[in-house]
Amino acid sequence: MKVMVFYLMPYADLDQGIKDKYRSAWIVLPNTYFDPVKGHALYNRYLDELELCDELGFDGVCVNEHHQTAYGMMPSPVVTASALARSIKKGRIAILGNAFCLRENPLTLAEEHAMIDVITGGRLISGFVRGVGSEYFSLGQNPVYSLERHQEAHDLVVRAWTEPGPFAFEGKHYHFEYVNLWPRPFQQPHPPIWCPSMGSRETIEWAAHPHRKYVYLQNFSPRVAVGKYLNLYREIAQRQYGYEAASDRIGYGAPVYLAATDQQAIDEARPHIESLFNVFLPKFSEMMFYPPGYMSPESLLNVMQLKKANAGGVKIEALIERGIIFCGSPETVRAQITEAHADLGFQEFLCMLQFGSMPAELSVKNIRLFASEVLPALQGLNVGDYRGFELPKQAAE
Amino acid sequence: MPFQSQTIEINGSKLAFQRGGKGEPLLFLHGTEGLSQRPQFLDDLAAKYDVIAPDHPGYGQSPTPEWMDDVSDLAYTYLDLMKALDLRAAHIVGHSLGGWIALEMAVRSQERIGDLTLLAPAGIHVKGQQKADIFMIDPDEQARLAYADDKLGAAAAEEANAVKYQDIAIRERIASARFGWKPRFYNPRLGRWLHRIEVPALLIWGDSDRIFPPAYGPAFQALIPGAELVTLKNCGHLPHVEKRLETLAAMQTFMTR
Repeated sequence: MKVMVFYLMPYADLDQGIKDKYRSAWIVLPNTYFDPVKGHALYNRYLDELELCDELGFDGVCVNEHHQTAYGMMPSPVVTASALARSIKKGRIAILGNAFCLRENPLTLAEEHAMIDVITGGRLISGFVRGVGSEYFSLGQNPVYSLERHQEAHDLVVRAWTEPGPFAFEGKHYHFEYVNLWPRPFQQPHPPIWCPSMGSRETIEWAAHPHRKYVYLQNFSPRVAVGKYLNLYREIAQRQYGYEAASDRIGYGAPVYLAATDQQAIDEARPHIESLFNVFLPKFSEMMFYPPGYMSPESLLNVMQLKKANAGGVKIEALIERGIIFCGSPETVRAQITEAHADLGFQEFLCMLQFGSMPAELSVKNIRLFASEVLPALQGLNVGDYRGFELPKQAAE
Repeated sequence: MPFQSQTIEINGSKLAFQRGGKGEPLLFLHGTEGLSQRPQFLDDLAAKYDVIAPDHPGYGQSPTPEWMDDVSDLAYTYLDLMKALDLRAAHIVGHSLGGWIALEMAVRSQERIGDLTLLAPAGIHVKGQQKADIFMIDPDEQARLAYADDKLGAAAAEEANAVKYQDIAIRERIASARFGWKPRFYNPRLGRWLHRIEVPALLIWGDSDRIFPPAYGPAFQALIPGAELVTLKNCGHLPHVEKRLETLAAMQTFMTR
């Protein structure tokens, strides 16, 4: 299994009292709460920690994109990936992801990803996402066209990466007379494309399509949802497309926190993981996360049903119980992830080793403990340790 | 007066509409709340007029054609509908999104239009006059904001909350976003062509409209030649529901002049 570290880069110094004054840390929270001096320290701390992970043998570092929020300070993950392009010496740099479809011209991102790929000698992973629902408020694009634009932007970018230019791209949402990318990407035919998702069936069907077979990544979800959607990828591959999905196409990401004992881990992680869920994550409204047309009516109903079951899960005990986070002694967490792998067979694992308000002393301790006590065991897991996929008799919804 | 549900094919796409009453033709164009519940207002109008009330594509029983993208497409669709039904000198009554459609129709062709009644129409933007972002707030909050009267608002909010994840409510929100997301409920080019409107126009606005601020009334009046503006007291974004009798009275004066 390959194990990468995933940072959201939250504004960890956020005044936790905002939760009593504002409905959300997204969009409506005034940016006067952002102190650039503290921001300077935080960015550099996070970059240092990711570089430490590279030195300690992780298979790569991951960054992502969110706008107008204290939840993550990376409106442009290209900037963070670029800042890491020369300091990450061994591992991959994964942008998980960039919302190409939110841009008026996705070719600017295609160019930037190609640059990073060439600079790093082919260590870029390029995540294609539609952005969470709130990005359609912060960047203004119409969510009704999100899926169409996502697929069209993807076609444009892949053609730009792979086809000799110049050529004209003639789409519904994007029409460019001249496509002729300089530089072309280092990796051939193009950097690996990953699809992080919250479990929309449309995304899974699209990612699993035989022309693509992209890595599907389920992040930050209750264990039951992770199992459901990772298996749905395998099921769709087999039932709909007639091939067996390889386990290296399956990715799983979760917050992980380690300490000497289970209780110490819980005590240390508690304020920070609870701040993530109770302060950084809450949305202004249900519609802010699921704006109209962002998902098909069927997917929306599925998601809302799962969400109902999740309501109230804001204590660390519940987060552990529901398998949203791994938290405990190295032995406990190693056993839990090993068992999850035996059950679901993901060959890519992403651990979020800093979250919410967690300060550097704890995140660095967490990184070092993970690297010495858990990482080698996980990297040793391979497809033979997976119990295997059994196609359910009845098609999943 | 009973209404009948009918469908017609316009430009290759099925359009559902209700039709009831006898008299001069009156085309009612609904707002984002759709026509799942036919307002009493339409039954009242059907006592005097031949009322035709379509479900816009994506709402109610009308599917969304592949090619349909924006309010311009809706305007041409309804001009085609008027031709197909051979409506002449029709009264057009449009609420909110429907008022915007009516205006887009009128700047294109007034050949079959007798007059325009515009109930808190969308369609233009006045700098500094923010509309409520109905996509950011949840359906219950939107329903509450639509009324000036708190009790009516609370009842509407409860109802909206109960049905918000029903298939039709989800589909109608998608349709509203298709037409009104970017930019929010207006066409930057509409204002400069409203001078083309030569038929009589009546604007009705609630003085307590928290969805589209009442300041939009005078702004439209300044752009539409000869338009009259009636402001209703203690009325929100649904004049034809919250102040039905006053709305009907103002329309009666206007339409029979």
